[in-house]
Amino acid sequence: MSGVMSSLSTPGNVVVSRRAVTEAAWLRGLLIALALAFLGVFLVVPLVLVFQEAFSKGWQAYLAALTEPDAWHAVKLTLIAAGLAVPLNVVFGVAAAWSLTKFHFRGKQVLITLIDLPFAVSPVIAGLIYVLVFGSRGWLGPWLEEHNLSIIYAVPGIVLATVFVTFPFVARELIPLMQEQGVSQEEAALTLGASGWQTFRRVTLPSIKWGLLYGIILCNARAMGEFGAVSVVSGHIRGKTNTLPLHVEILYNEYQFAAAFAVASMLALLAVVTLVAKSFLEFKHQRDRERAAHAAARQEVS
Amino acid sequence: MSRNRVIPGFGLSLGYATLYTSLIVFIPLAALAASGISLGAETFWAVVSHPQAVASYTLSFGASLVAALINLIFGLLVAWVLVRYTFPGKRIADALVDLPFALPTAVAGIALTALYGRNGWFGQHLESWGFKVAYAPAGIVVALTFIGLPFVVRTVQPVLEGLERELEEAAASLGANRWQTFRRVLLPALVPALLTGFALSFARAVGEYGSVVFISGNMPYRTEITPLLIYSKLEQYDYAGASALGMMMLVFSFVLLLAINGLQYWSLRRRGGG
Repeated sequence: MSGVMSSLSTPGNVVVSRRAVTEAAWLRGLLIALALAFLGVFLVVPLVLVFQEAFSKGWQAYLAALTEPDAWHAVKLTLIAAGLAVPLNVVFGVAAAWSLTKFHFRGKQVLITLIDLPFAVSPVIAGLIYVLVFGSRGWLGPWLEEHNLSIIYAVPGIVLATVFVTFPFVARELIPLMQEQGVSQEEAALTLGASGWQTFRRVTLPSIKWGLLYGIILCNARAMGEFGAVSVVSGHIRGKTNTLPLHVEILYNEYQFAAAFAVASMLALLAVVTLVAKSFLEFKHQRDRERAAHAAARQEVS
Repeated sequence: MSRNRVIPGFGLSLGYATLYTSLIVFIPLAALAASGISLGAETFWAVVSHPQAVASYTLSFGASLVAALINLIFGLLVAWVLVRYTFPGKRIADALVDLPFALPTAVAGIALTALYGRNGWFGQHLESWGFKVAYAPAGIVVALTFIGLPFVVRTVQPVLEGLERELEEAAASLGANRWQTFRRVLLPALVPALLTGFALSFARAVGEYGSVVFISGNMPYRTEITPLLIYSKLEQYDYAGASALGMMMLVFSFVLLLAINGLQYWSLRRRGGG
Protein backbone atom coordinates (compact mmCIF):
# COMPACT_ATOMS: atom_id res chain seq x y z
CA MET A 1 0.00 0.00 0.00
CA SER A 2 2.70 2.44 0.96
CA GLY A 3 4.49 1.66 -2.30
CA VAL A 4 1.44 2.75 -4.26
CA MET A 5 1.15 5.91 -2.20
CA SER A 6 4.70 7.07 -2.74
CA SER A 7 4.64 6.36 -6.46
CA LEU A 8 1.61 8.62 -6.73
CA SER A 9 3.24 11.56 -4.99
CA THR A 10 5.46 13.96 -6.86
CA PRO A 11 9.19 13.25 -7.01
CA GLY A 12 10.03 16.26 -4.85
CA ASN A 13 7.72 15.07 -2.10
CA VAL A 14 9.27 11.63 -2.10
CA VAL A 15 12.70 13.06 -1.36
CA VAL A 16 11.39 15.21 1.47
CA SER A 17 9.36 12.45 3.04
CA ARG A 18 12.11 9.87 2.73
CA ARG A 19 14.49 12.08 4.63
CA ALA A 20 11.79 12.76 7.19
CA VAL A 21 10.99 9.10 7.87
CA THR A 22 14.48 7.80 8.32
CA GLU A 23 17.54 8.92 10.22
CA ALA A 24 20.73 10.58 9.05
CA ALA A 25 23.35 8.11 7.84
CA TRP A 26 25.70 8.75 10.77
CA LEU A 27 22.89 8.13 13.26
CA ARG A 28 21.86 4.93 11.50
CA GLY A 29 25.47 3.74 11.60
CA LEU A 30 25.77 4.64 15.27
CA LEU A 31 22.55 2.83 16.22
CA ILE A 32 23.54 -0.28 14.26
CA ALA A 33 26.99 -0.24 15.88
CA LEU A 34 25.49 0.14 19.37
CA ALA A 35 23.00 -2.69 18.83
CA LEU A 36 25.65 -5.01 17.43
CA ALA A 37 28.04 -4.13 20.25
CA PHE A 38 25.36 -5.03 22.78
CA LEU A 39 24.60 -8.35 21.07
CA GLY A 40 28.33 -9.01 20.69
CA VAL A 41 29.17 -8.42 24.34
CA PHE A 42 26.20 -10.28 25.75
CA LEU A 43 25.74 -13.12 23.25
CA VAL A 44 28.66 -13.69 20.89
CA VAL A 45 31.56 -13.35 23.32
CA PRO A 46 30.15 -15.82 25.91
CA LEU A 47 29.38 -18.30 23.12
CA VAL A 48 32.88 -18.03 21.66
CA LEU A 49 34.39 -18.33 25.13
CA VAL A 50 32.64 -21.68 25.71
CA PHE A 51 34.37 -23.23 22.70
CA GLN A 52 37.68 -21.51 23.38
CA GLU A 53 37.80 -22.79 26.96
CA ALA A 54 36.63 -26.24 25.86
CA PHE A 55 39.71 -26.64 23.65
CA SER A 56 42.09 -24.83 26.01
CA LYS A 57 43.78 -28.12 26.91
CA GLY A 58 43.76 -29.49 23.39
CA TRP A 59 41.78 -31.98 21.38
CA GLN A 60 42.70 -34.98 23.44
CA ALA A 61 41.54 -33.51 26.73
CA TYR A 62 38.37 -32.40 24.96
CA LEU A 63 37.59 -35.88 23.68
CA ALA A 64 38.53 -37.44 27.00
CA ALA A 65 36.03 -35.22 28.82
CA LEU A 66 33.29 -36.22 26.41
CA THR A 67 33.97 -39.97 26.40
CA GLU A 68 34.37 -40.39 30.14
CA PRO A 69 31.74 -42.86 31.53
CA ASP A 70 30.04 -40.27 33.76
CA ALA A 71 29.68 -37.92 30.79
CA TRP A 72 28.18 -40.73 28.73
CA HIS A 73 25.77 -41.52 31.46
CA ALA A 74 24.76 -37.87 31.62
CA VAL A 75 24.17 -37.87 27.85
CA LYS A 76 21.97 -40.93 28.15
CA LEU A 77 19.93 -39.51 31.01
CA THR A 78 19.49 -36.21 29.17
CA LEU A 79 18.24 -38.07 26.11
CA ILE A 80 15.84 -40.13 28.23
CA ALA A 81 14.43 -37.04 29.96
CA ALA A 82 13.96 -35.15 26.71
CA GLY A 83 12.79 -38.28 24.89
CA LEU A 84 9.94 -38.68 27.36
CA ALA A 85 9.12 -35.04 28.11
CA VAL A 86 8.89 -33.87 24.51
CA PRO A 87 6.40 -36.51 23.20
CA LEU A 88 4.28 -36.17 26.34
CA ASN A 89 4.06 -32.42 25.89
CA VAL A 90 3.40 -32.76 22.14
CA VAL A 91 0.36 -34.97 22.76
CA PHE A 92 -0.82 -32.61 25.45
CA GLY A 93 -0.15 -29.53 23.32
CA VAL A 94 -2.18 -30.85 20.41
CA ALA A 95 -5.06 -31.96 22.66
CA ALA A 96 -5.10 -28.65 24.54
CA ALA A 97 -4.92 -26.56 21.36
CA TRP A 98 -7.66 -28.64 19.72
CA SER A 99 -10.07 -28.24 22.63
CA LEU A 100 -9.23 -24.57 23.20
CA THR A 101 -9.46 -23.40 19.60
CA LYS A 102 -12.17 -25.55 18.00
CA PHE A 103 -14.77 -25.32 20.74
CA HIS A 104 -16.38 -22.85 23.09
CA PHE A 105 -16.66 -23.77 26.73
CA ARG A 106 -16.59 -22.20 30.14
CA GLY A 107 -13.35 -21.99 32.09
CA LYS A 108 -11.23 -21.61 28.97
CA GLN A 109 -9.28 -18.77 30.52
CA VAL A 110 -8.52 -20.83 33.64
CA LEU A 111 -7.01 -23.60 31.53
CA ILE A 112 -4.95 -21.11 29.50
CA THR A 113 -3.61 -19.49 32.67
CA LEU A 114 -2.66 -22.89 34.10
CA ILE A 115 -0.86 -23.74 30.86
CA ASP A 116 1.12 -20.49 31.10
CA LEU A 117 2.05 -20.92 34.75
CA PRO A 118 5.16 -23.11 34.26
CA PHE A 119 6.69 -20.26 32.22
CA ALA A 120 6.23 -17.85 35.10
CA VAL A 121 7.32 -20.16 37.91
CA SER A 122 10.94 -20.28 39.05
CA PRO A 123 12.69 -23.56 38.10
CA VAL A 124 13.57 -24.07 41.75
CA ILE A 125 9.86 -24.02 42.61
CA ALA A 126 9.20 -26.48 39.79
CA GLY A 127 11.54 -28.88 41.55
CA LEU A 128 10.23 -28.03 45.00
CA ILE A 129 6.59 -28.90 44.22
CA TYR A 130 7.53 -32.44 43.16
CA VAL A 131 9.66 -32.88 46.28
CA LEU A 132 6.56 -31.89 48.29
CA VAL A 133 4.42 -34.49 46.52
CA PHE A 134 6.84 -37.38 46.06
CA GLY A 135 9.67 -36.66 48.53
CA SER A 136 10.21 -38.82 51.62
CA ARG A 137 8.22 -36.33 53.72
CA GLY A 138 5.80 -35.48 50.91
CA TRP A 139 2.18 -36.47 50.31
CA LEU A 140 2.99 -39.75 48.59
CA GLY A 141 6.40 -40.28 50.20
CA PRO A 142 5.46 -42.89 52.83
CA TRP A 143 3.39 -44.88 50.33
CA LEU A 144 6.21 -44.85 47.77
CA GLU A 145 8.71 -45.97 50.39
CA GLU A 146 6.46 -48.83 51.42
CA HIS A 147 6.36 -50.05 47.84
CA ASN A 148 10.06 -49.48 47.35
CA LEU A 149 9.58 -46.88 44.64
CA SER A 150 11.66 -43.78 44.37
CA ILE A 151 10.81 -40.74 42.28
CA ILE A 152 12.77 -37.95 43.92
CA TYR A 153 16.56 -38.39 43.63
CA ALA A 154 15.84 -40.83 40.82
CA VAL A 155 15.12 -40.77 37.08
CA PRO A 156 11.29 -40.36 37.28
CA GLY A 157 11.70 -37.13 39.26
CA ILE A 158 14.05 -35.75 36.62
CA VAL A 159 11.57 -36.61 33.89
CA LEU A 160 8.70 -35.00 35.84
CA ALA A 161 10.63 -31.79 36.48
CA THR A 162 11.58 -31.66 32.79
CA VAL A 163 7.96 -32.19 31.76
CA PHE A 164 6.91 -29.32 34.03
CA VAL A 165 9.37 -26.73 32.73
CA THR A 166 8.65 -27.61 29.08
CA PHE A 167 4.92 -27.99 29.62
CA PRO A 168 3.67 -24.87 27.75
CA PHE A 169 5.99 -24.89 24.72
CA VAL A 170 3.98 -26.87 22.17
CA ALA A 171 0.55 -25.76 23.38
CA ARG A 172 1.59 -22.08 23.38
CA GLU A 173 2.85 -22.39 19.80
CA LEU A 174 -0.25 -24.18 18.49
CA ILE A 175 -3.03 -22.22 20.20
CA PRO A 176 -2.62 -18.91 18.30
CA LEU A 177 -1.94 -20.76 15.05
CA MET A 178 -5.08 -22.91 15.25
CA GLN A 179 -7.12 -19.97 16.49
CA GLU A 180 -6.23 -18.07 13.35
CA GLN A 181 -7.14 -20.98 11.09
CA GLY A 182 -10.64 -21.38 12.49
CA VAL A 183 -12.82 -24.42 11.87
CA SER A 184 -14.20 -24.03 8.34
CA GLN A 185 -11.71 -26.37 6.66
CA GLU A 186 -12.29 -29.13 9.20
CA GLU A 187 -16.04 -28.66 8.90
CA ALA A 188 -15.81 -28.99 5.12
CA ALA A 189 -13.81 -32.20 5.37
CA LEU A 190 -16.21 -33.66 7.90
CA THR A 191 -19.31 -32.86 5.86
CA LEU A 192 -17.61 -34.51 2.87
CA GLY A 193 -17.52 -37.68 4.93
CA ALA A 194 -14.03 -37.74 6.40
CA SER A 195 -13.70 -39.26 9.85
CA GLY A 196 -12.44 -37.20 12.77
CA TRP A 197 -8.98 -38.79 12.65
CA GLN A 198 -8.73 -38.38 8.86
CA THR A 199 -9.69 -34.74 9.20
CA PHE A 200 -7.00 -34.19 11.79
CA ARG A 201 -4.33 -35.99 9.77
CA ARG A 202 -5.16 -34.61 6.32
CA VAL A 203 -6.49 -31.14 7.10
CA THR A 204 -5.33 -29.89 10.49
CA LEU A 205 -1.88 -31.44 10.71
CA PRO A 206 -0.53 -30.13 7.38
CA SER A 207 -1.56 -26.60 8.27
CA ILE A 208 0.08 -26.65 11.70
CA LYS A 209 3.16 -28.71 10.89
CA TRP A 210 5.70 -25.86 10.95
CA GLY A 211 4.29 -24.42 14.15
CA LEU A 212 4.31 -27.87 15.71
CA LEU A 213 7.92 -28.51 14.70
CA TYR A 214 8.89 -25.08 15.99
CA GLY A 215 7.33 -25.89 19.36
CA ILE A 216 9.05 -29.28 19.44
CA ILE A 217 12.47 -27.76 18.77
CA LEU A 218 12.13 -25.16 21.51
CA CYS A 219 10.67 -27.74 23.89
CA ASN A 220 13.59 -30.07 23.19
CA ALA A 221 16.22 -27.37 23.72
CA ARG A 222 14.76 -26.48 27.08
CA ALA A 223 14.29 -30.14 28.06
CA MET A 224 17.93 -30.98 27.38
CA GLY A 225 19.22 -27.80 28.98
CA GLU A 226 17.09 -27.51 32.11
CA PHE A 227 19.19 -27.01 35.18
CA GLY A 228 17.40 -25.55 38.22
CA ALA A 229 14.34 -27.79 38.41
CA VAL A 230 16.30 -30.94 37.61
CA SER A 231 19.00 -29.98 40.11
CA VAL A 232 16.44 -29.84 42.94
CA VAL A 233 15.02 -33.32 42.30
CA SER A 234 18.15 -35.12 41.12
CA GLY A 235 20.17 -35.51 44.31
CA HIS A 236 23.36 -35.19 42.23
CA ILE A 237 24.32 -38.83 42.29
CA ARG A 238 27.26 -39.00 39.93
CA GLY A 239 26.84 -41.51 37.14
CA LYS A 240 23.23 -42.06 38.22
CA THR A 241 21.05 -38.98 38.33
CA ASN A 242 23.19 -36.45 36.51
CA THR A 243 22.01 -34.87 33.31
CA LEU A 244 24.42 -32.97 31.06
CA PRO A 245 23.86 -29.53 32.67
CA LEU A 246 24.31 -31.07 36.13
CA HIS A 247 27.47 -32.80 34.96
CA VAL A 248 28.78 -29.41 33.81
CA GLU A 249 28.13 -28.01 37.28
CA ILE A 250 29.94 -30.86 39.05
CA LEU A 251 33.00 -30.57 36.83
CA TYR A 252 33.04 -26.81 37.27
CA ASN A 253 32.79 -27.04 41.05
CA GLU A 254 35.67 -29.51 41.03
CA TYR A 255 37.77 -26.92 39.18
CA GLN A 256 37.97 -29.14 36.09
CA PHE A 257 37.26 -26.09 33.95
CA ALA A 258 38.37 -27.45 30.58
CA ALA A 259 36.25 -30.58 31.04
CA ALA A 260 33.28 -28.52 32.24
CA PHE A 261 33.49 -26.33 29.15
CA ALA A 262 33.99 -29.35 26.90
CA VAL A 263 30.68 -30.81 28.08
CA ALA A 264 29.13 -27.33 27.97
CA SER A 265 30.26 -26.98 24.36
CA MET A 266 28.02 -29.91 23.41
CA LEU A 267 25.07 -28.07 24.91
CA ALA A 268 26.14 -24.85 23.21
CA LEU A 269 26.28 -26.69 19.91
CA LEU A 270 22.77 -27.94 20.55
CA ALA A 271 21.71 -24.32 21.10
CA VAL A 272 23.28 -23.21 17.82
CA VAL A 273 21.59 -26.07 15.93
CA THR A 274 18.31 -25.09 17.59
CA LEU A 275 18.69 -21.49 16.41
CA VAL A 276 19.46 -22.56 12.84
CA ALA A 277 16.49 -24.95 12.75
CA LYS A 278 14.28 -22.26 14.23
CA SER A 279 15.24 -19.69 11.59
CA PHE A 280 14.68 -22.28 8.87
CA LEU A 281 11.19 -23.06 10.17
CA GLU A 282 10.31 -19.39 10.44
CA PHE A 283 11.34 -18.97 6.82
CA LYS A 284 9.24 -21.98 5.74
CA HIS A 285 6.24 -20.79 7.70
CA GLN A 286 6.51 -17.31 6.22
CA ARG A 287 6.72 -18.74 2.68
CA ASP A 288 3.70 -20.99 3.19
CA ARG A 289 1.75 -18.02 4.44
CA GLU A 290 2.68 -15.89 1.48
CA ARG A 291 1.69 -18.69 -0.90
CA ALA A 292 -1.65 -19.07 0.85
CA ALA A 293 -2.22 -15.32 0.63
CA HIS A 294 -1.38 -15.39 -3.09
CA ALA A 295 -3.73 -18.30 -3.70
CA ALA A 296 -6.51 -16.51 -1.84
CA ALA A 297 -5.92 -13.33 -3.82
CA ARG A 298 -5.98 -15.24 -7.11
CA GLN A 299 -9.25 -16.91 -6.14
CA GLU A 300 -10.79 -13.57 -5.33
CA VAL A 301 -9.82 -12.21 -8.73
CA SER A 302 -11.25 -15.18 -10.65
CA MET B 1 -23.21 -24.15 19.22
CA SER B 2 -23.65 -26.12 15.99
CA ARG B 3 -19.90 -26.30 15.45
CA ASN B 4 -19.62 -28.34 18.63
CA ARG B 5 -21.65 -31.06 16.95
CA VAL B 6 -19.75 -31.09 13.67
CA ILE B 7 -16.17 -31.25 14.95
CA PRO B 8 -15.43 -34.34 17.00
CA GLY B 9 -13.07 -34.96 19.85
CA PHE B 10 -14.22 -32.28 22.29
CA GLY B 11 -14.61 -34.61 25.26
CA LEU B 12 -11.41 -36.51 24.55
CA SER B 13 -9.13 -33.53 23.93
CA LEU B 14 -10.46 -31.37 26.75
CA GLY B 15 -10.60 -34.31 29.15
CA TYR B 16 -7.02 -35.28 28.42
CA ALA B 17 -5.73 -31.70 28.54
CA THR B 18 -7.46 -31.08 31.86
CA LEU B 19 -6.27 -34.34 33.41
CA TYR B 20 -2.68 -33.79 32.31
CA THR B 21 -2.66 -30.16 33.45
CA SER B 22 -4.05 -31.20 36.83
CA LEU B 23 -1.44 -33.92 37.32
CA ILE B 24 1.58 -31.95 36.17
CA VAL B 25 0.75 -28.40 37.18
CA PHE B 26 -2.27 -28.01 39.39
CA ILE B 27 -1.89 -30.75 42.02
CA PRO B 28 1.84 -30.18 42.66
CA LEU B 29 1.24 -26.43 42.97
CA ALA B 30 -1.62 -27.16 45.34
CA ALA B 31 0.82 -29.25 47.38
CA LEU B 32 3.03 -26.19 47.67
CA ALA B 33 0.12 -24.04 48.78
CA ALA B 34 -1.01 -26.68 51.30
CA SER B 35 2.49 -27.01 52.69
CA GLY B 36 2.79 -23.24 53.05
CA ILE B 37 -0.60 -22.91 54.72
CA SER B 38 0.03 -25.79 57.12
CA LEU B 39 2.79 -23.73 58.70
CA GLY B 40 0.31 -21.41 60.35
CA ALA B 41 0.37 -17.64 60.05
CA GLU B 42 2.98 -17.00 62.72
CA THR B 43 5.63 -19.43 61.51
CA PHE B 44 4.95 -18.45 57.92
CA TRP B 45 5.53 -14.82 58.76
CA ALA B 46 8.67 -15.63 60.76
CA VAL B 47 10.14 -17.42 57.72
CA VAL B 48 9.24 -14.89 55.07
CA SER B 49 10.20 -11.85 57.15
CA HIS B 50 13.55 -13.25 58.31
CA PRO B 51 16.30 -10.71 57.53
CA GLN B 52 18.10 -13.19 55.28
CA ALA B 53 14.88 -13.68 53.28
CA VAL B 54 14.27 -9.94 53.07
CA ALA B 55 17.84 -9.37 51.88
CA SER B 56 17.27 -11.99 49.18
CA TYR B 57 14.06 -10.30 47.97
CA THR B 58 15.78 -6.95 47.78
CA LEU B 59 18.59 -8.43 45.74
CA SER B 60 16.35 -10.57 43.50
CA PHE B 61 13.95 -7.75 42.73
CA GLY B 62 16.59 -5.06 42.51
CA ALA B 63 18.88 -6.97 40.17
CA SER B 64 15.92 -8.15 38.06
CA LEU B 65 14.64 -4.60 37.78
CA VAL B 66 18.00 -3.24 36.65
CA ALA B 67 18.42 -6.11 34.16
CA ALA B 68 14.90 -5.59 32.78
CA LEU B 69 15.58 -1.86 32.38
CA ILE B 70 18.80 -2.56 30.46
CA ASN B 71 16.85 -4.96 28.27
CA LEU B 72 14.08 -2.40 27.80
CA ILE B 73 16.47 0.17 26.36
CA PHE B 74 18.72 -2.12 24.37
CA GLY B 75 15.82 -4.36 23.35
CA LEU B 76 14.11 -1.39 21.74
CA LEU B 77 17.37 -0.43 20.06
CA VAL B 78 17.98 -3.95 18.71
CA ALA B 79 14.37 -4.32 17.53
CA TRP B 80 14.56 -0.92 15.82
CA VAL B 81 17.81 -1.71 14.05
CA LEU B 82 16.57 -5.15 12.95
CA VAL B 83 13.26 -3.84 11.59
CA ARG B 84 14.25 -0.50 10.08
CA TYR B 85 17.80 -0.85 8.76
CA THR B 86 19.64 -3.18 6.43
CA PHE B 87 23.21 -4.20 7.16
CA PRO B 88 25.39 -7.23 6.49
CA GLY B 89 24.82 -10.09 8.92
CA LYS B 90 21.36 -8.87 9.85
CA ARG B 91 19.75 -12.32 9.61
CA ILE B 92 22.43 -13.82 11.82
CA ALA B 93 21.98 -11.05 14.38
CA ASP B 94 18.24 -11.66 14.29
CA ALA B 95 18.61 -15.41 14.85
CA LEU B 96 21.19 -14.83 17.58
CA VAL B 97 18.75 -12.81 19.69
CA ASP B 98 17.10 -16.09 20.72
CA LEU B 99 20.34 -17.59 22.01
CA PRO B 100 19.38 -17.11 25.68
CA PHE B 101 16.25 -19.21 25.03
CA ALA B 102 18.29 -22.00 23.47
CA LEU B 103 21.47 -22.00 25.55
CA PRO B 104 21.17 -23.98 28.81
CA THR B 105 21.37 -21.62 31.78
CA ALA B 106 24.21 -23.56 33.38
CA VAL B 107 26.33 -23.03 30.25
CA ALA B 108 25.53 -19.33 30.27
CA GLY B 109 26.38 -19.24 33.96
CA ILE B 110 29.87 -20.72 33.67
CA ALA B 111 30.64 -18.76 30.50
CA LEU B 112 29.70 -15.43 32.08
CA THR B 113 31.57 -16.28 35.26
CA ALA B 114 34.72 -17.11 33.30
CA LEU B 115 34.30 -13.94 31.28
CA TYR B 116 33.81 -11.56 34.20
CA GLY B 117 36.00 -13.37 36.74
CA ARG B 118 39.31 -11.90 37.87
CA ASN B 119 41.24 -13.52 35.02
CA GLY B 120 38.46 -13.30 32.44
CA TRP B 121 38.54 -11.39 29.15
CA PHE B 122 36.32 -8.64 30.57
CA GLY B 123 36.90 -9.23 34.25
CA GLN B 124 40.61 -8.42 34.30
CA HIS B 125 40.03 -4.97 32.77
CA LEU B 126 36.94 -4.21 34.84
CA GLU B 127 38.73 -5.22 38.02
CA SER B 128 41.71 -3.02 37.25
CA TRP B 129 39.28 -0.11 36.98
CA GLY B 130 37.90 -1.09 40.38
CA PHE B 131 34.75 -2.81 39.09
CA LYS B 132 34.00 -6.17 40.63
CA VAL B 133 31.42 -8.04 38.56
CA ALA B 134 31.70 -11.77 39.23
CA TYR B 135 30.80 -12.73 42.83
CA ALA B 136 29.09 -9.36 43.30
CA PRO B 137 25.57 -8.03 42.65
CA ALA B 138 26.75 -6.60 39.29
CA GLY B 139 27.42 -10.16 38.11
CA ILE B 140 23.85 -11.11 38.93
CA VAL B 141 22.63 -8.19 36.82
CA VAL B 142 24.83 -9.36 33.92
CA ALA B 143 23.42 -12.91 34.10
CA LEU B 144 19.84 -11.67 34.35
CA THR B 145 20.34 -9.30 31.43
CA PHE B 146 21.52 -12.22 29.33
CA ILE B 147 18.54 -14.37 30.36
CA GLY B 148 15.95 -11.67 29.63
CA LEU B 149 17.49 -10.29 26.46
CA PRO B 150 15.11 -11.79 23.85
CA PHE B 151 11.85 -10.74 25.48
CA VAL B 152 11.72 -7.01 24.69
CA VAL B 153 13.17 -7.52 21.20
CA ARG B 154 10.62 -10.19 20.34
CA THR B 155 7.60 -8.31 21.68
CA VAL B 156 8.54 -4.98 20.06
CA GLN B 157 9.65 -6.36 16.67
CA PRO B 158 6.23 -7.40 15.31
CA VAL B 159 4.59 -4.17 16.48
CA LEU B 160 7.30 -2.10 14.83
CA GLU B 161 6.90 -4.09 11.61
CA GLY B 162 3.16 -3.51 11.65
CA LEU B 163 3.34 0.26 12.13
CA GLU B 164 2.22 2.18 9.09
CA ARG B 165 4.84 4.44 7.60
CA GLU B 166 2.10 6.91 6.62
CA LEU B 167 1.86 8.01 10.25
CA GLU B 168 5.48 9.07 10.27
CA GLU B 169 5.15 10.69 6.85
CA ALA B 170 2.15 12.61 8.10
CA ALA B 171 4.02 13.74 11.21
CA ALA B 172 6.98 14.82 9.08
CA SER B 173 4.82 16.70 6.61
CA LEU B 174 3.24 18.53 9.54
CA GLY B 175 6.70 19.78 10.42
CA ALA B 176 7.81 17.36 13.12
CA ASN B 177 11.49 16.54 13.18
CA ARG B 178 12.64 12.95 13.48
CA TRP B 179 13.04 13.00 17.24
CA GLN B 180 9.60 14.55 17.73
CA THR B 181 8.07 11.93 15.45
CA PHE B 182 9.74 9.21 17.46
CA ARG B 183 8.67 10.61 20.82
CA ARG B 184 5.14 11.64 19.91
CA VAL B 185 4.11 9.12 17.24
CA LEU B 186 6.23 5.98 17.43
CA LEU B 187 6.92 5.62 21.12
CA PRO B 188 3.27 5.80 22.26
CA ALA B 189 2.40 3.05 19.79
CA LEU B 190 5.20 0.89 21.16
CA VAL B 191 4.47 1.40 24.86
CA PRO B 192 2.23 -1.66 25.40
CA ALA B 193 4.72 -3.96 23.68
CA LEU B 194 7.63 -2.42 25.55
CA LEU B 195 5.87 -2.88 28.88
CA THR B 196 4.95 -6.48 28.02
CA GLY B 197 8.54 -7.28 27.11
CA PHE B 198 9.79 -5.55 30.24
CA ALA B 199 7.39 -7.52 32.45
CA LEU B 200 8.28 -10.84 30.77
CA SER B 201 11.97 -10.17 31.14
CA PHE B 202 11.49 -9.12 34.78
CA ALA B 203 9.39 -12.20 35.59
CA ARG B 204 11.95 -14.50 34.04
CA ALA B 205 14.78 -12.79 35.91
CA VAL B 206 13.13 -13.01 39.34
CA GLY B 207 12.82 -16.80 39.06
CA GLU B 208 16.16 -17.45 37.37
CA TYR B 209 18.52 -19.84 39.08
CA GLY B 210 20.96 -21.64 36.77
CA SER B 211 22.95 -18.77 35.37
CA VAL B 212 23.03 -16.74 38.60
CA VAL B 213 24.21 -19.52 40.90
CA PHE B 214 27.64 -19.60 39.26
CA ILE B 215 28.35 -15.89 38.96
CA SER B 216 26.84 -14.66 42.23
CA GLY B 217 29.09 -16.41 44.75
CA ASN B 218 26.00 -17.10 46.90
CA MET B 219 26.95 -15.24 50.05
CA PRO B 220 24.00 -14.97 52.44
CA TYR B 221 22.74 -11.37 52.86
CA ARG B 222 25.01 -10.18 50.04
CA THR B 223 24.67 -12.17 46.83
CA GLU B 224 21.99 -14.73 47.67
CA ILE B 225 18.89 -14.53 45.47
CA THR B 226 15.54 -15.88 46.68
CA PRO B 227 15.49 -19.04 44.50
CA LEU B 228 18.91 -19.91 45.90
CA LEU B 229 17.69 -19.42 49.47
CA ILE B 230 14.82 -21.82 48.74
CA TYR B 231 17.32 -24.28 47.31
CA SER B 232 19.55 -24.17 50.36
CA LYS B 233 16.55 -24.61 52.68
CA LEU B 234 15.63 -27.72 50.70
CA GLU B 235 19.16 -29.05 51.01
CA GLN B 236 18.82 -28.74 54.79
CA TYR B 237 15.48 -30.63 54.56
CA ASP B 238 13.66 -27.51 55.76
CA TYR B 239 10.62 -28.25 53.56
CA ALA B 240 8.37 -25.90 55.50
CA GLY B 241 10.71 -22.94 55.13
CA ALA B 242 11.24 -23.69 51.45
CA SER B 243 7.47 -23.89 50.93
CA ALA B 244 6.80 -20.59 52.64
CA LEU B 245 9.34 -18.77 50.48
CA GLY B 246 8.17 -20.73 47.44
CA MET B 247 4.62 -19.59 48.08
CA MET B 248 5.69 -15.96 48.28
CA MET B 249 7.38 -16.31 44.90
CA LEU B 250 4.46 -18.19 43.42
CA VAL B 251 1.97 -15.50 44.43
CA PHE B 252 4.26 -12.90 42.95
CA SER B 253 4.64 -14.84 39.68
CA PHE B 254 0.91 -15.26 39.46
CA VAL B 255 0.25 -11.54 39.91
CA LEU B 256 2.89 -10.76 37.31
CA LEU B 257 1.40 -13.30 34.91
CA LEU B 258 -2.02 -11.65 35.23
CA ALA B 259 -0.42 -8.25 34.63
CA ILE B 260 1.36 -9.57 31.54
CA ASN B 261 -1.87 -11.05 30.15
CA GLY B 262 -3.57 -7.72 30.76
CA LEU B 263 -0.76 -5.89 28.98
CA GLN B 264 -0.87 -8.26 26.03
CA TYR B 265 -4.61 -7.77 25.73
CA TRP B 266 -4.11 -4.01 25.78
CA SER B 267 -1.32 -4.30 23.22
CA LEU B 268 -3.46 -6.40 20.86
CA ARG B 269 -6.38 -4.01 21.16
CA ARG B 270 -4.11 -1.08 20.42
CA ARG B 271 -2.76 -2.83 17.34
CA GLY B 272 -6.18 -4.03 16.20
CA GLY B 273 -7.97 -0.75 16.83
CA GLY B 274 -5.10 1.42 15.55
